[in-house]
Amino acid sequence: MALLQISEPGCAPAPHQHKRAVGIDLGTTYSLVATMQSGQAKIIEDEAGRSLLPSVVHFGTEGVSVGYPAISLGQEDPLNCIYSIKRLMGRGATDINRVRESLPFKLGKPQTDSLVPHIATACGPKTAVEISSLILTRLKARAELALAGDIEGAVITVPAYFDEAQRQATKDAARLAGIPVLRLLSEPTAAAIAYGLDRREDSLVAVFDLGGGTFDFSLLHLQNGIFEVIAVGGDAHLGGDDFDHCIADWILDSAQIDDLADTEVGNLLAVAKRAKEKLTHQSEVKILWPSDLYGEIALTLSRQQFDSMVRPLVEKAVQVCRRTLNQAQLETDEIAQVVLVGGATRVPLVQQAVADCFNKTPLTDLDPDTVVALGAAIQADVLIGNQPDTDLLLLDVVPLSLGIETMGGLVEKIIPRNATLPIAKAQQFTTYKDGQTALTLHVLQGERELADECRSLARFILHGIPPMTAGAARIEVRFELDADGLLQVSARELSSGVENRIEVKPSYGLSDVEIETMLRESIAQGGQDMQLRQLRETQVDAQRLLEALHTAIQEDGEQLLSAEERLALEEAMQDLNQVLSGDSLAAIKQSIDTLENLSDPFAARRMNHAVSEALSGHKLEEFQDD
Amino acid sequence: MIALTEVAADRMRTFLNNRGKGMGVRVAVRTTGCSGLAYVIEFVDELQSDDVTFEDQGVTLVVDKKSLLYLDGSVLDYTKEGLNEGFKFNNPNEKETCGCGESFTV
Repeated sequence: MALLQISEPGCAPAPHQHKRAVGIDLGTTYSLVATMQSGQAKIIEDEAGRSLLPSVVHFGTEGVSVGYPAISLGQEDPLNCIYSIKRLMGRGATDINRVRESLPFKLGKPQTDSLVPHIATACGPKTAVEISSLILTRLKARAELALAGDIEGAVITVPAYFDEAQRQATKDAARLAGIPVLRLLSEPTAAAIAYGLDRREDSLVAVFDLGGGTFDFSLLHLQNGIFEVIAVGGDAHLGGDDFDHCIADWILDSAQIDDLADTEVGNLLAVAKRAKEKLTHQSEVKILWPSDLYGEIALTLSRQQFDSMVRPLVEKAVQVCRRTLNQAQLETDEIAQVVLVGGATRVPLVQQAVADCFNKTPLTDLDPDTVVALGAAIQADVLIGNQPDTDLLLLDVVPLSLGIETMGGLVEKIIPRNATLPIAKAQQFTTYKDGQTALTLHVLQGERELADECRSLARFILHGIPPMTAGAARIEVRFELDADGLLQVSARELSSGVENRIEVKPSYGLSDVEIETMLRESIAQGGQDMQLRQLRETQVDAQRLLEALHTAIQEDGEQLLSAEERLALEEAMQDLNQVLSGDSLAAIKQSIDTLENLSDPFAARRMNHAVSEALSGHKLEEFQDD
Repeated sequence: MIALTEVAADRMRTFLNNRGKGMGVRVAVRTTGCSGLAYVIEFVDELQSDDVTFEDQGVTLVVDKKSLLYLDGSVLDYTKEGLNEGFKFNNPNEKETCGCGESFTV
């Protein structure tokens, strides 16, 4: 017979009505799945009682394995063993090229019909989405055994800074694994929910997430039970693994080994990691490294020594916190709670540094490795309708501004960075040329002023604009982002009603490092960007002037200009053409002024001419009001 | 009379503790499901007029009188079946259960 769980008063499900919902933390190093049982979130363990599933997939000639077996197979066959696939989620071939060197596996030749990079394995080329779906499939199987039935809905967590492409890739992986996704939830929000902070009064919550390889810091604003991610910061190359490296370096130093053989690296790091873990509870640790090459090395490491080694790294993380707070214009004493996430936050020095920085004890009651999955499970249970009384609503923010490219390669931002989701915003644009019947919309994400320096998300064309004078058409461009951060862009010419829309399902996106870099550049280069923007705008103005004059001379030059006048105008136009492609804003402005002065009389004559043409053959009375 | 196994009592105490409120656990039957009746286990915040209570190993079990007709003599256990774990009724009144085991007849 079925096994029962205790429900809230009046909420016992009728038979066959309790819905099986899970929360999934799809991590870079480890993944977990959790569910609600008898009123509390619980990690679902595997047959061997382990909570964590290493996010590792091995493709062998015999078949595919996931998790711990994949790690052991990978020691013999590293090229077919895929680690850290999350770093590639939602990235395109061009993104990958830049990080290709640092990847622990081989990428296949780019497929001609696809922008998505393929990883060469013994089972053929695989995409990041496919590999992630294998991890998800394993978690799903684990959950279905534990819950004795099909999973009806899942909440999957993603980093707060994941862009549209990365979110879409995560959803695709879930679909491929046959998991119905209720919602993507940001990792810091999930951690805050696991601590029940959503049931407190309105306040600010900081989430300090120091994992194996990455550090993320998020500020959440809780208002009326609603979480809003107000700012994110981090360092994509800072984590507990760096602490291990510190210890490893110290061992090498102490043992006076200058040149470590490659074959010994894994061994030494494992020894270092164990020492770090022991120092969480002990004030000193005996290190015994039975090295094949260098003999048996025995050392004693005190926590004080360890602390001084890793202090610069911890300080780096604390700096990120301060910077993020500054950007959000908040003081540390405004933060009501600090939540610790990630295994590396077990290090006493980290807890101390966080406590000092925020002047309060951080929350550490829950296991920092599982807290995100637990929060996701709570959220999944609510979303699928197992708790009719609660109305938890979550808000996330746009990690980077979204906009479209305008003339001159400039970016017009439509949805600003840190806007809360869901959001819809519209802005009007117009045509640039007379009789223009189509408009290309280039959807971009980023903080910079120039399109080239932002991320291209999608392009589409609005056809069928009725021919009008330049600037007469009114085209409304509308951006809609749903609660999952998926983007829809539509363009509509208001007088004719022609419309086109696109759902942005980009095949590539930005990495967290790139987002960091882009943000930093946009701040550092703010001034330069403004100058570039002015230059581009002036260039566009100049081109518009040249085109208008060219058309005018074609039409009325013969009739209204003397030969000298025409020559002078054409010379000035040539001058402007020459300075146009240069980058001297002043020179272009001056040439525009000269040309405008020269062409003013011509413009006046054309106007008079047009009026007299229109009036000739008519009587004055015809123009008087009836 | 309804009793608990040691494991079931232990789990209930833990769940009540974690929840932070509630005077006990209600067991009941409800007339739904594909085979007639279904078991209900809920936390109890307040008693109803026709409730009967039992104490077992520090846990207060609450049953309404009508449900007690179907549940009298039951022992509530907490078991693990593979990865799945939860409470299980060993009910002498139960004659047959539906295929999925979520409902039963007496």
